[in-house]
Amino acid sequence: MSAVIPTPAVQEELAQGEPATISGRAKKRLTSRWASLAALIVAVLWTIPTFGLLLTSFRPEQSLKTTGWWTWFTNPELTLANYDEVLYGQTALSTYFINSIVITIPSVVIPVFLACLAAYGFAWMRFPYRDTIFVAVFALQIVPLQIALIPLLRMYVDSGIHGGGSFWPLWISHTIFALPLAIFLLHNFFKEVPAELVEAARVDGAGHVTIFMRIMLPLVTPAIAAFGIFQFLWVWNDLLVAVTMVGGTRDVAPLTARIAELSGSQGTEWHLLTAGAFISIVIPVIVFLSLQRYFVRGLLAGSVKG
Amino acid sequence: MVLAIALFGALMGLILLLTGRVRKRADLWQSLAFVLPALLLLSVGLIYPAIRTTYQSFFDRAGEFVGGDNYQFVFTNDAMITVLRNTAIWVFLTPLLSTFIGLVYAVLVDRSRVEAAAKAVIFLPMAISLVGASIIWKFVYEYRPDQQGIEQIGLLNQVLVWLGAEPRQFLIGEPWNTLFLIVIMVWVQAGFAMTVLSAAIKAIPSDITEAAQLDGLTGVRMFRYITVPSIRPALVVVLTTIAIGTLKVFDIVRTMTGGQFGTSVISYEFYTQGFRTLNTGVASSMAVILFVLVVPIVVYNVRQMRKAEYR
Repeated sequence: MSAVIPTPAVQEELAQGEPATISGRAKKRLTSRWASLAALIVAVLWTIPTFGLLLTSFRPEQSLKTTGWWTWFTNPELTLANYDEVLYGQTALSTYFINSIVITIPSVVIPVFLACLAAYGFAWMRFPYRDTIFVAVFALQIVPLQIALIPLLRMYVDSGIHGGGSFWPLWISHTIFALPLAIFLLHNFFKEVPAELVEAARVDGAGHVTIFMRIMLPLVTPAIAAFGIFQFLWVWNDLLVAVTMVGGTRDVAPLTARIAELSGSQGTEWHLLTAGAFISIVIPVIVFLSLQRYFVRGLLAGSVKG
Repeated sequence: MVLAIALFGALMGLILLLTGRVRKRADLWQSLAFVLPALLLLSVGLIYPAIRTTYQSFFDRAGEFVGGDNYQFVFTNDAMITVLRNTAIWVFLTPLLSTFIGLVYAVLVDRSRVEAAAKAVIFLPMAISLVGASIIWKFVYEYRPDQQGIEQIGLLNQVLVWLGAEPRQFLIGEPWNTLFLIVIMVWVQAGFAMTVLSAAIKAIPSDITEAAQLDGLTGVRMFRYITVPSIRPALVVVLTTIAIGTLKVFDIVRTMTGGQFGTSVISYEFYTQGFRTLNTGVASSMAVILFVLVVPIVVYNVRQMRKAEYR
């Protein structure tokens, strides 16, 4: 590693001699205090926007349209009216909330299962051109969704599954777009299972199906959870696939599409927008906070190898 | 939804059951059953459409073959050049800023007593949809005309007023408005950078940092000469991942400005051309351009990864 060898600049600085012990220690304490301050500032900057919106969404319509949310501290008043109106009033977000759930669950379950099968196949089975095909699947990760959307939509329309309140185009699209990354990530985890375990099972007469169901799936459950959360957040938060594939059918549009529409057409209705935004945020944030550990694992498996 | 999952489950169960029973040339049939469903979906849903889109990019809206005209349009039309310029600014600034903030923050909170909580704060925006994030920031940028009796409700303008400055419309003035949109993406992505880089920092062998400490390296110099070189591979991964994500970003532009005031980017323009004005040829050419832009980033990334593996 190159890091161990001090560069000329370091050597020069080192040659200037050690700082006197006391002043050196004082300096160190000082830098760490500045460091804490800097970290605190970043943390505050990162929290304030969300906090402001959260507080706003609970303020009465008249107040939030005339004064800033920070005036709440001198004039505290809270209400649930905004949430009531945005969920059950004309914007009917509760319908879209359910749409989001209906879209998301199959779009997580189906690709995760398919990817598990394929990942196991690539990791533990032998068939012609296996490695070439695997590299090809890996490479598909870089294909931007945009390049597939127009022909996909045409296929859905031609086959008659588009429109009429059908969720199929969304489920199929999310499944397809998830597969390359899912297969790649899960393959890495399947590969880590010790070969002796598989061989022992084979000696006992177990076929691939048994090994896959009885040994592999239980062992890689944490990895499946990690990718499942990934896919859940991705599908729940998606806008591009939603607006291109639902084609004006309101019965199948998810929350994100509705909120984006609200922000365009009713940019001044702050009490609806803020409450609506929080409704769309709350589920992924709960999932994220409760399963953070797995999610970070999946993130690290995907981006830092080894 | 329940029906779809049940249907899918039954189909898969049947395939697995049958595969378990095959005797003749069992290996080949079994591997086909495992790998083929995914491969079929990928070919029909990704490879074929990609080829189709590339083909489409040489035709105009009436279906006439026009050669490279769509591409020429994208690279010569004034509005399109603004789009290309904005995309370049996005892809250059977002990864650099997010990674810089994420890295510095990871170092600052490393081994502090409140590390977990401090990290969660920065990480949380990743769970929020880009639409949600845009609305959060719309509210920060909100502008009210500077008149008697009207108070600002957007925090940033209120801060300007407190400082004695005029409030301004952040999302109107070109080219600064693009920067204000980029801030949102940085806000979302810094947590990703922070998490990955923090893991890389913790993986630096402690004898290296201890030796450096004995040599009197502290604070900024430790960061510059030990931390950054040690985590270079992770830095490359983070920069490229964010760059690719940024190239495809579309939600922020759509929610914040709808591409007005010279803020559009390639991925948003693709959507307007393809699904609003139904200009399929131009949209397809933009998708192809997007693809071409991603390829070198990924090739570089893969080569870095290979290098790291062979070391």
